[in-house]
Amino acid sequence: MNRPHRRITACVLAAAAMTLAGCSQQWGWYVVNPATPSGLTNLKFLIGGLQQTVLLSLTAISISVVAGLAIALPGLAPSRLLRGFNRVFVEVVRAVPILVLILWVYYGMPQIMNVSINVFWAGVIALALSDSAFEAEIFRAGIQSIDKGQYEAAHSVSLNYRDTMWFVILPQAIRRILPALGNQLVYMLKMSSLVSVIGMQELTRKANELVVTEYRPLEIYTVLVLEYLVLILLVSAGVRWLERRLQADQGS
Amino acid sequence: MNCTENGREPMIQVDGVSTWFGDFQALKHVTMDVAAGERVVVCGPSGSGKSTLIRCINGLERHQEGEIRVDGTLLAQSRKSIDSVRSKIGMVFQQFNLFPHLSVLGNLMLGPVRSKGMTRQDARAMAMRFLERVRIPEQADKFPRQLSGGQQQRVAIARSLCMEPKIMLFDEPTSALDPEMINEVLEVITELAESGMTMICVTHEMGFARRVADRMVFMDHGEIVEMAKPDKFFTKPESRRCIDFLDKILHH
Ligand SMILES: Nc1ncnc2c1ncn2[C@@H]1O[C@H](COP(=O)(O)OP(=O)(O)OP(=O)(O)O)[C@@H](O)[C@H]1O
Ligand SMILES: [Mg+2]
Repeated sequence: MNRPHRRITACVLAAAAMTLAGCSQQWGWYVVNPATPSGLTNLKFLIGGLQQTVLLSLTAISISVVAGLAIALPGLAPSRLLRGFNRVFVEVVRAVPILVLILWVYYGMPQIMNVSINVFWAGVIALALSDSAFEAEIFRAGIQSIDKGQYEAAHSVSLNYRDTMWFVILPQAIRRILPALGNQLVYMLKMSSLVSVIGMQELTRKANELVVTEYRPLEIYTVLVLEYLVLILLVSAGVRWLERRLQADQGS
Repeated sequence: MNCTENGREPMIQVDGVSTWFGDFQALKHVTMDVAAGERVVVCGPSGSGKSTLIRCINGLERHQEGEIRVDGTLLAQSRKSIDSVRSKIGMVFQQFNLFPHLSVLGNLMLGPVRSKGMTRQDARAMAMRFLERVRIPEQADKFPRQLSGGQQQRVAIARSLCMEPKIMLFDEPTSALDPEMINEVLEVITELAESGMTMICVTHEMGFARRVADRMVFMDHGEIVEMAKPDKFFTKPESRRCIDFLDKILHH
């Protein structure tokens, strides 16, 4: 099943590489040619942002998944007040562009909170906050898709609310929303590039800095594109592997 | 009708219970007692309130009027009284409602471990004992979707028994089964009845009812229309509606 998929991906990449190499006059691949010492240094410099991009995205999504769940649950409560809180949070947070949120957290928040905040945590807070609204909606839909009979069976074996959620509802809901959660992680990896505007040394920022000194935007940004592409293909493969694992867990 | 001839307090007392869904009255002043060890079979046309009645008894549905007592405990709105009542009652559903993400053993052990604080070891031993009783110990490590309908329903019965209830409620336990699987489930329920378990079973399996029931209840439009011992119920029913119903169900 997976094979033709992989072959197609390989073909597309090869074709892209050949097209790029074909119109060679404008290209100056020497800037990132690992065979030359300066090219190798540049390449290492570019790839050096990978760790920050991954760390930032993973930290942010870990927080936003937990926060999203915490915001989804009141949205399913019988109380109108709790549901209202959920609605307001989701609508407001979803309406703010991520870039604006990043600027607001990094430059604005220190003024009210009277603490300075480093770029990493500013990025994490902004991305996590923005994503938590989407995660909340994903969790709400996932939990609502679970059959009412599951709650009734849990009731009949005397489980309390917390155990019902933790051992019965969420394990099933999470299996269902796994593809959506995977999408959010991909989205997060891409949006982390915006944190470059406040100076975080992640992939995009590194590329920008190198472009300024080398003046080879075409080659450097092409490498940047490939970096994100590889990263995200790996993540997608990981998510699909997890989906298969969990399905095997249920004996199907 | 009362069944306290033996002088003991009835196991279940339903006294003047009414329930509404919006404007629709699903139960109209239902009164019924069930003695300890008694087996009651409830039948009646679709929408007559059979499910609603037994769901009210274990707190899955709220009644707005009247009183329900289970083993002396008044079923009220409080968490504590609902917990106390549901811990005495096992419930088997038409759609089985097994937890699909847990193995058969996992399904059986969840309640005892989480709500009774039993050790996993004890819970496992008990689960195996009840799986033997419903004659599928060899399926212990399978997942629900790997089992036939009849096997799934027997797992559901074993899951209820693992909570060591004083009362078992069955809501059309064989209606979702293919004909060839109905008997294996009815046999298990019959054995349970012979062991002296107090039970209310909603079913249209009249052969089973005749064999097992101490008392038959016929419901229509949210009311108990007829309540009698099986020999009288099947030979000389009093109400027109009950005669028509039995006619339809026994001679089609
Ligand atoms: N949650 C609910 N909301 C609104 N109406 C309901 C609800 N549950 C049950 N009812 C209505 O109450 C009436 C009794 O339903 P109930 O499920 O108790 O009938 P039943 O005798 O079990 O029927 P069946 O043989 O089809 O299972 C039906 O008319 C049904 O439409
Ligand atoms: Mg019903």
